[in-house]
Amino acid sequence: MKSLQTLGRKAWIKAAATVMAASLTLGAGSALAAGGALHAHEPKEGFSSSGVLGTYDQAQLQRGYKVYREVCAACHSMKLISFRNLGEKDGPFYDPKYKNPNENPVVKQIASEFEVPTIDSETGDVITRKATTSDAFPSPFANPEAAAASNGGAVPPDLSVITKARHGGASYVYSLLTGYKAPPAGLKIAEGQHYNPYFPGDLSSAWSGDHKHVPAGGVLAMAPPLSAGQVTFDDGRESTLSNQAADVAAFLEWAGEPKAVLRKKTGVAVLAYLLLFFGLTYASYRMVWRGKH
Amino acid sequence: MSEPDNTAAAVNDDPSRRDFIYIAAGATAVGAVGAIAVPLVAQMNPAADTLAMASTEFDLTKVQEGQQIVIKWRGKPVFIRSRTGAEIKAAQDTPLADLKDPQTDADRVKAGKEQWLILVGSCTHLGCVPTFGAGDYGGWFCPCHGSHYDTSGRIRKGPAPLNLVVPEYDFLTDTRVKIG
Amino acid sequence: MSDHPSTYVPKTGFEKWLDSRLPIVRLAYDSFVDYPTPKNLNYWWTFGGILSVCLAIQIITGIILAMHYTPHVDYAFNSVERIMRDVNYGWLIRYVHANGASMFFFAVYIHMLRGLYYGSYKAPREVLWILGCIIFFLMIATAFMGYVLPWGQMSFHGAVVITNLIGSIPLIGGPILTWLQGGFAVDQATLNRFFSLHYLLPFVIAGVVILHIWALHVAGQNNPAGVEIKSKEDTVAFTPYATVKDGVAIIVFLFLFSVFVFFMPNALGHADNYIPANPLVTPAHIVPEWYLLPFYAILRAIPDKFGGVIAMFGSIAVIFALPWLDTSKVKSMRYRPVMRWFFVIFVIVCLGLGWCGAQLPDAQVIPGLPSFTLFDGQLNSYLWLTRLFTIYYFVFFLLIMPWIGLKEEPLPVPASISEAVLAEHNKKKG
Repeated sequence: MKSLQTLGRKAWIKAAATVMAASLTLGAGSALAAGGALHAHEPKEGFSSSGVLGTYDQAQLQRGYKVYREVCAACHSMKLISFRNLGEKDGPFYDPKYKNPNENPVVKQIASEFEVPTIDSETGDVITRKATTSDAFPSPFANPEAAAASNGGAVPPDLSVITKARHGGASYVYSLLTGYKAPPAGLKIAEGQHYNPYFPGDLSSAWSGDHKHVPAGGVLAMAPPLSAGQVTFDDGRESTLSNQAADVAAFLEWAGEPKAVLRKKTGVAVLAYLLLFFGLTYASYRMVWRGKH
Repeated sequence: MSEPDNTAAAVNDDPSRRDFIYIAAGATAVGAVGAIAVPLVAQMNPAADTLAMASTEFDLTKVQEGQQIVIKWRGKPVFIRSRTGAEIKAAQDTPLADLKDPQTDADRVKAGKEQWLILVGSCTHLGCVPTFGAGDYGGWFCPCHGSHYDTSGRIRKGPAPLNLVVPEYDFLTDTRVKIG
Repeated sequence: MSDHPSTYVPKTGFEKWLDSRLPIVRLAYDSFVDYPTPKNLNYWWTFGGILSVCLAIQIITGIILAMHYTPHVDYAFNSVERIMRDVNYGWLIRYVHANGASMFFFAVYIHMLRGLYYGSYKAPREVLWILGCIIFFLMIATAFMGYVLPWGQMSFHGAVVITNLIGSIPLIGGPILTWLQGGFAVDQATLNRFFSLHYLLPFVIAGVVILHIWALHVAGQNNPAGVEIKSKEDTVAFTPYATVKDGVAIIVFLFLFSVFVFFMPNALGHADNYIPANPLVTPAHIVPEWYLLPFYAILRAIPDKFGGVIAMFGSIAVIFALPWLDTSKVKSMRYRPVMRWFFVIFVIVCLGLGWCGAQLPDAQVIPGLPSFTLFDGQLNSYLWLTRLFTIYYFVFFLLIMPWIGLKEEPLPVPASISEAVLAEHNKKKG
């Protein structure tokens, strides 16, 4: 016991850290062995929403919305998002002057740029009308079959909750969008498929090299969707691939969980209240039990 | 509360300080219950999507003179009636003294648009939907308990206490209204 | 204790009037105010109170969620997301309910292990223990059906896998499976009945909880010394003593709960459950929620399908038989120097089974370590590690419990609770 005590505090922390690091490496190792993908990573500048007190960067959400609208929306629906959501608190176009997002002129303007299907009340025919703030984002395809037919048999997933539906969340979206690269020699890629080391999959059957070193990642039907200069940002931010990917990932993170900032803020207040409550109750406990132990 | 039975400890135990802590802890517990009640009660209020549907637009060219069209707004029927000249005159000429819930016809339509009468189609008695063109006054008749409304939607006879409600609406153009 | 005379004195006229007609205030007073509690209870005993809070939270948030949820295959997923986005505080209520299930199981496992360690299942508390086992079983059923309701990929395929377990029963399995699913696959009928049962079962649990508390108040609480109450000196009144101690523990528990709800609400779930259910594609790695992993591991450890089902249900059934498997005369493992160590290994094995349940059976436990094939799998695989743990799980209950109880030389047990408290007090001092 004595020798352990003389080790000192720092050495203990170091030893514990080593053990933790070792077990983490073990975990990563087994994931790779099972034919996994590369670990998702954040953009260099990180995401403003990560961390206990992280909030969304409104300018980034607006840029991200533009990337989604101009690029992703051509194939991907976002059925759970309505135009009014854009003007809600913490949203891309929130304006404190318009607490009711349905009155926000920017949101109204965006909605009015779209046509949504409706029924003519006289004839019963399917017609279109201008979208209002209460309408959901219109989908690019009428049904999953049409989506599959236009996309080489693969239905582009709905992006409403994509950051919650993928391990790694926004980091995954960013890594996937920026991670496309030429397949390593020995990997057979079918026509219409694209290699991405961040896409979860198992490439063993397409790999002709050493079976112990199957490349990480998988193949997907989506061609690299973004390239430098593709979207012009209104605020002058340089339109690099990384910037576009980071912005759209941040936008999708917000769309997946629009209440996240409110949730974290509420959490801080709740924990603070519980601490106070604990202090008082514990003091009461000590007084009640005095002499009984 | 049982008194501590250890005398040595009891000497150190200041009763006023002790009581303060008990009361503070109890008050914090009450506060916690109150805070928890807020979301549990608030969730019953209309959700954001329900609120967003709170207004609707309508094209008036679909209504022929002397007819009405019923649309759904906030889950209730709304009557959009294109009144004939005779109906408008009858409504305007009714003396206020004859009314149970006195209100002029001018108060119930937009100036210059007297042709258009827009009402929430829900009887002010118990919420049934009155029948168009029936009753003693040419307006509506509620089949549930026999309330008669005139061509301005005002209550004239029967158990209903008030006139049919005029919702908030605006003319966007001459032929287009936004209700809500 | 049942022979504890009621000390309730109705004060106001109304109380007297009510007391002679329905003595409900007297019942509450005798059960939760004046009830004599062993004075040596430690914090492990606060989990009963914590679990009551958990049940109340789940029922209240559940009733609210049911007001906004639509049990239909086309709308279930979107109605849950509507709760998260549009319903006032819906995000909070849903996250509390979803994480509440995990917190409930976390607390119940500690509660059960506490009972195991201190011999709380031994006479005269066998019925109390069995009622607890019934509650645990009902909790598993409720949690499983609740997990199906969001109708995500994990919901759907979890339901497919678990209902198919029933199909493995020889001869009658097939028809029962069809009856249970209400069709030829998990579909609308299954979702709708799971919703109905998920709403019903918590109230059944609440009913059994009342019996559980009744049985507790008949036999009296066990305590860390494992000796029965002998005199008034051994006890303190439930209120304020136990109430305030439970209160402290509940607040600490709620703190942990809140950390999950507000800062990592999806950490205990699976990303795949945010993908709407698709009967045509199964997720690459299908696992139950963490609290069912040990049982899932036992299921997979057996190479035969029906055998696996038997083992899984057997692992729960064996807990029911615990009062008659333990042959020791001493309740608390404080005074059982040998059994204590088998208990520690048992806890590690349960955690190990949970870990194994989340791994692919063929994956190597120690990557790169040379290994050889034993029967149907590599020795260095989770399959064999799971089997090793599964064997210990059953051996612990069926062999170690009866055998050690007869062979072990227990330490001297204190004559009374007061003596145990005094001994501890003296030990702390010097």
